[in-house]
Amino acid sequence: MKARIGVVTFPGSLDDRDAARAVRLAGGEPVSLWHRDSDLAGVSAVVLPGGFSYGDYLRCGAIARFSPVMDAIIAAAGDGLPVLGICNGFQVLCESHLLPGALIRNDHRHFVCRDQALRIECTDTPWTRELTVGQTIVVPVKNGEGQYCADAATLAMLEAENRVVFRYTGGNPNGSAADIAGVRNAAGNVVGLMPHPEHAVEALTGPSTDGLALFTSVLRSLTRTGVPA
Amino acid sequence: MIDTVELAAKDPGLEQPWVELGLKADEYERIKEILGRRPTSCELAMYSVMWSEHCSYKSSKVHLRQFGDKRPDTEVLLVGMGENAGVVDVGQGYAVTFKVESHNHPSFVEPYQGAATGVGGIVRDILTMGARPVAVMDPLRFGPLDAPDTQRVLPGIVAGIGGYGNCLGLPNIGGEIVFDPSYLGNPLVNALCVGVMKHKDIKLAKASGPGNQVILFGARTGGDGIGGVSVLASETFDADKPSKRPSVQVGDPFAEKVLIECCLEIFAADLVVGIQDLGGAGLSCATTELASAGTGGMHVVLDRVPLRDPTLAPEEILMSESQERMCAIVEPVHVPAFLTICERWDVEAVVIGEVTDTGRLTVEWRGETVVDVPPATVAHDGPVYTRPLARPAAQDALNLDSATTLPRPTDGAGLRATLLQLLGSPNLCDKRWVTEQYDRYVLGNTVLAMPEDAGVLRIDDGSNLGIALSTDCNARFVQLDPYVGAQLALAEAYRNVATTGARPIAVTDCLNFGSPEDPGVMWQFAQAVTGLADGCLTLGVPVTGGNVSFYNQTGTTAILPTPVVGVLGVLDDVTRRVPMGFRADGEVILLLGETREELDGSEWAQVVHGHLGGRPPRVDLGAERALATVLVAGATQALFASAHDLSEGGLAQALAESCLRGGHGATVALPGDPFLALFAESTARVLVSVPSDRLAAVQTLAGAHGIPLHELGTVGGTALELGVCSIPLDELRAAHTATLPAAFG
Repeated sequence: MKARIGVVTFPGSLDDRDAARAVRLAGGEPVSLWHRDSDLAGVSAVVLPGGFSYGDYLRCGAIARFSPVMDAIIAAAGDGLPVLGICNGFQVLCESHLLPGALIRNDHRHFVCRDQALRIECTDTPWTRELTVGQTIVVPVKNGEGQYCADAATLAMLEAENRVVFRYTGGNPNGSAADIAGVRNAAGNVVGLMPHPEHAVEALTGPSTDGLALFTSVLRSLTRTGVPA
Repeated sequence: MIDTVELAAKDPGLEQPWVELGLKADEYERIKEILGRRPTSCELAMYSVMWSEHCSYKSSKVHLRQFGDKRPDTEVLLVGMGENAGVVDVGQGYAVTFKVESHNHPSFVEPYQGAATGVGGIVRDILTMGARPVAVMDPLRFGPLDAPDTQRVLPGIVAGIGGYGNCLGLPNIGGEIVFDPSYLGNPLVNALCVGVMKHKDIKLAKASGPGNQVILFGARTGGDGIGGVSVLASETFDADKPSKRPSVQVGDPFAEKVLIECCLEIFAADLVVGIQDLGGAGLSCATTELASAGTGGMHVVLDRVPLRDPTLAPEEILMSESQERMCAIVEPVHVPAFLTICERWDVEAVVIGEVTDTGRLTVEWRGETVVDVPPATVAHDGPVYTRPLARPAAQDALNLDSATTLPRPTDGAGLRATLLQLLGSPNLCDKRWVTEQYDRYVLGNTVLAMPEDAGVLRIDDGSNLGIALSTDCNARFVQLDPYVGAQLALAEAYRNVATTGARPIAVTDCLNFGSPEDPGVMWQFAQAVTGLADGCLTLGVPVTGGNVSFYNQTGTTAILPTPVVGVLGVLDDVTRRVPMGFRADGEVILLLGETREELDGSEWAQVVHGHLGGRPPRVDLGAERALATVLVAGATQALFASAHDLSEGGLAQALAESCLRGGHGATVALPGDPFLALFAESTARVLVSVPSDRLAAVQTLAGAHGIPLHELGTVGGTALELGVCSIPLDELRAAHTATLPAAFG
């Protein structure tokens, strides 16, 4: 039996199909979760995909955090459910206070879509287990509000506790503090990043297949912890 | 006081504002003749928007008929011109619908919203056919890069296209960005959308079956965009008139994204008899077109239309171009299921009327009848003009003023400097400053996107069926000879699609011209349409639909005639697509096609001498067709490592771009006169690189189809070595990429 990974669709989610495809290519079974659902259909992990949830006319992710599905995810994340937030999903996780910091408008004030090199900083999460610290991966980045910011104390804490998971290398696309592209929570089960690993899972359509490792990592983590894979 | 049908009959002499609404005296008389009385104010509003140039094609209709009369014998066409968009068969049970449309004037008035709603409008046209929209492209034209107004217009238009398209989740896979002084007071924003569906899912805009319900759903109706098609799109700008800002619509891409998903769920449940989007002319257009294409009658209760502004008058509700609205015809038994899906997506939906068999469209407001018209007279029986046309007096002098006598670089240093100057010129420079503001990855099916020759999409994960799309138009060539120029635009788009390995099958066009009231412009238009129709017949690719945009001029100066042509191609196996960049050292570089002394209208003449004159390059559609056959066959047999079309800037530009794409140098021996080899813009040419063990197969293939083949050199190193000069890749890249960031930051 394949591990079932939930992919949430908010109104305005855009990369939900891509996230589901990545789960499938990694060998898992994607399960569609609707923003109004208040139970998680027994999934073993959840992906919050990119997009503009509820239009994001307020702060990005500010409305999505109040959806019924987020209540369920916040509770399950506290119990150790692996959660990955990509782009808008990362913004939702920050708004939900599952991850520290915030994403603000890019320093150059433009939306930017390009192939981006990332340095892997932490493999002590269910989503990065199959990667190597110091390894460089190339995945697309695409956002208008992707500049990671946090106060000095939070940034120092993230570095001290090894909670920076991905760092931009070869150019910072949006002015993020300390080149931070993605972070994890203290327990490690919740990871958020602005770049899009789900767009780098096939040689035909992506700049690489580096992104697949995040999805195979979580499937392997689930096998290890006794959840059927 | 409400102007009812009853009142209109009683008070025939009332003064009406038909001039202000953009109608001509004879058109107003014709309306009175149709109705047998004066129109009510609501009816006048409807006729004025529907009989506008933008909606009625009154100046272009007599010419556009050629696209039907000369349609090539083809089996791919499933739905032709006249519907919201044409539909073609791409095999394996899939149908593709695509169309390009203009949103020029709104984008000049309000760049961000004008461009954003241009994307929104064309996406709804594609959705209306029953398809999931899968990508957009944007052919754009601006005034000179260094003009102050370009600084105002370009960043806003690009941000608007990105802001709307990115938020809809549609990859932007190509288009054009061209600068020319003629667009300074009238930039062109054309938007193309492509959608995919199964054959059985095609939907049409018709209101059939008396008793069926008319449902308006999506965004609420507001006061934005009133008179957009008549006041904005169908007149020349005049600095003395009041600001036209209120005629520009305001977009809400989130509402459209939700509307797309809602519609696709409704289509999947097979709940609609007919469907139409609300775009130009709003409810006036949707109700009259739906009714006249179906049983023929419709009754609408206008009070039921959900409003953003409750003070709107009925005339305004009928004319409003508020975005993100759709109108569906639904059998009564399916209405509850329809409304349930709308509720799931938080889309407001209201039954506003029903289909009747009266042959009349009647509209009720506050219990009184304010509209009672035969719908086809509004939608289809608008005026048709055979406008006077005349070859401009200056055309002969223009054609005699050839670029062949202009001074040319004579040594290696001169050629090197010219190459770098062209590579960094506004029309040939790297466009990443623009294209990086568009999401090209969303939906996960983008195989090639700009700066590649064509955008390529996978449409089936299982079989790897794919499509390719390119839009092109060299308006300088069209200015020199509109008949030939339109064919050259077609040839370039056709060639670009074939260069990626796709078989070209169908065409859409966006015909951007000056005022149809100027006989010289009408001559350009008639020549271009005839050239395009003849070209499509020769190449065997039908025109499936498109758009005409007139009145593109500043004062009395028209834009360069710009018939943008979009060509769709099919790749049976998209993994065989051919990218533009050299891929590995040792590949053999070949030039397919023949180079002639053709410099008139070239980028060299423009950039170095500011010159436009002479005759455009020869168009040879037979050679284009043979070349496409070679390109598609070569791709299918995996003979090519890369392929790149030669167009503006000639071989020099193509070599530089193919080198820079993947960071591979090249050593090339230029055939014949080095200046002509590098900068002539002869057509039907493509640069390819092939692994050395495939060279013999490519030679055989080209020979079999009569395509001249020149072996130019090999891929390798860190410079472009041309014999007469050498340019390191770093220097090429610096020249190519600096221009737009320097202009826009």
